[in-house]
Amino acid sequence: MIARDRDLVGLNFIRLGMLSLGVGMFFGVIGGFQFLFPEFLRELLFTKTRPIHVSMVVSWIFLVAIGGIYFYLPRQQKLKLWSPNAARIHFWVFIVTGLAILFSYLTGQFGGREYFEFPAALSIPIFLTWILFGVNYFNTVRQQKGPWPVYYWMWGTGVVFFFITFCEAYLWLIPYFRESMVREIIVQWKSYGALTGSWNMLVYGTAIYVATRIAGNQDAARSKMAYSLYFLGLFNLIFGWAHHTYLVPSQTWIRLFAYAVSMTELFILGKILWDWRSSLSEYQKNRHCNAYRFMFAADIWVFINLVLALIISVPAFNLITHGTHITVAHAMGSTIGINSMILLSSVFYIIREELPQNVHASCSKQVMTGFWVANISLAVFFLALVMAGLGRGLYDGASFQEMATQIRPFMMVFAVSGITLMLGFWVVLWNAFRLIGEIITPVSSEQTQPELA
Amino acid sequence: MPGDQRINNRLVFGTLFVSFIFYSAYVYTAGTEAAHLPQMSEEASRGQHVFQKYNCVACHQFYGLGGYMGPDLTNVISKYGAAGETVAATFIASGTATMPNLGLDPTEVQDVVAYLSFVNQTGTYPPKNYEVTWYGTVRQEDDPQ
Repeated sequence: MIARDRDLVGLNFIRLGMLSLGVGMFFGVIGGFQFLFPEFLRELLFTKTRPIHVSMVVSWIFLVAIGGIYFYLPRQQKLKLWSPNAARIHFWVFIVTGLAILFSYLTGQFGGREYFEFPAALSIPIFLTWILFGVNYFNTVRQQKGPWPVYYWMWGTGVVFFFITFCEAYLWLIPYFRESMVREIIVQWKSYGALTGSWNMLVYGTAIYVATRIAGNQDAARSKMAYSLYFLGLFNLIFGWAHHTYLVPSQTWIRLFAYAVSMTELFILGKILWDWRSSLSEYQKNRHCNAYRFMFAADIWVFINLVLALIISVPAFNLITHGTHITVAHAMGSTIGINSMILLSSVFYIIREELPQNVHASCSKQVMTGFWVANISLAVFFLALVMAGLGRGLYDGASFQEMATQIRPFMMVFAVSGITLMLGFWVVLWNAFRLIGEIITPVSSEQTQPELA
Repeated sequence: MPGDQRINNRLVFGTLFVSFIFYSAYVYTAGTEAAHLPQMSEEASRGQHVFQKYNCVACHQFYGLGGYMGPDLTNVISKYGAAGETVAATFIASGTATMPNLGLDPTEVQDVVAYLSFVNQTGTYPPKNYEVTWYGTVRQEDDPQ
């Protein structure tokens, strides 16, 4: 099936996202080994590889979520995109800004704060194109008759709150914030917590969209339960961030409040996905094989991360786990296990819908192998980080080097499993990238006859 | 009724959004007021800039927030007692087995040390004197009273 020109921008965002993840994971592996062997690639310091890795994998999440929205609205929801040109400008500005950020990292020109280490001026194009994206999104979904399904609310919330929290992340530019250590840290992590919540809204909205489309049950996206859980998620986004800053001196009730509301969002998604899966017929499961498989993996990771999130959100346990690799395990488990699995489900759902004649688009041995290698590696990777975090959190000596030596075996497992995790993802990404390419540039029917998986 | 549902959704969203604005305003002001803390000196302010310029947070943390390759620096100055500033300056200027010499000039080194001294006065991390309540919260010595 030939994608119409107006739908291509969404697919281009998705392909760019896949490229970003592939490269970002490579820098993550380099960083993992630099952690163990500081002399490794000394020319490319950890101060460079870490922000490159983080920026590129976070870009994957945003690009594929945005691409999905740009694709689903005109192609499947039959809502004419308010401005296809604005979407194209968004895409090209993202590419140019991304390259400028990469250049600034590689040449060691920093100037921002953690996660946005690039010079602050480079945030301006991101800020402006996000406005463009927001205007385009809201003017497009305004055409929808009747109440919005919950995923429109979630995407809209993600758009609005990313804009707000991205601005908030730059409040440090104002001396009032910058010159007060406590205020600066609290506001910085307030913004990061809500910013994560905003991208979760984009991703979880995509999950519900794909889930309801596969199940052929739109009612699930308009039920009172779905709206209630969405608002609980929004409540969490607004008030649940302070678990990041339990140990920074601030008003006690902020922490108490965050303790009470934190980490219910994962439970919310788990419930929706669980309900969805149980309603699928065997035929539907097979028909959307890859999409189902990745959504199923996300479901499992939701529960694993829920357990860890609940533990570390209890301040008494947070006292031990804060500032350790357990926090990294939670971040990796969420971004790889949940967000990435959902986004890959979305990608394979698009592929199956657009290439119904291609058996590889549904199930293939290569994708299945990549899927299992990635998930098993992620489990090992996750456990290694938890063990290293426990080692660090429970260490009661005064020597950082002694503690680092004690947890080194776990960090070795972490670094090696990072390689297999990357290889597993690369296999999946390569297949998805190629198949999305076939949607963009259809090949002759002879070339699309694969052997059965 | 679809119309009612739309109004209810907008009402709930609006309420939460307004709560977000008020809560943010509180966090920006009274919620993070630390009047007992010293003002950041000009030297420390420059040090903060140098800390960003070399992306030190990729490896180090304040209050457990940052990268994990190197140690937390919240109280690195008081850790070494009276020699704290000298030890920190030596580490920064020369590097260590795991930290490269980033080539800071002597003024930059002194500015970063001033910044670390300022951070050192803002609180204790990890907390040394604290109390865990039966419902899992932690009261610590640096909490605002």
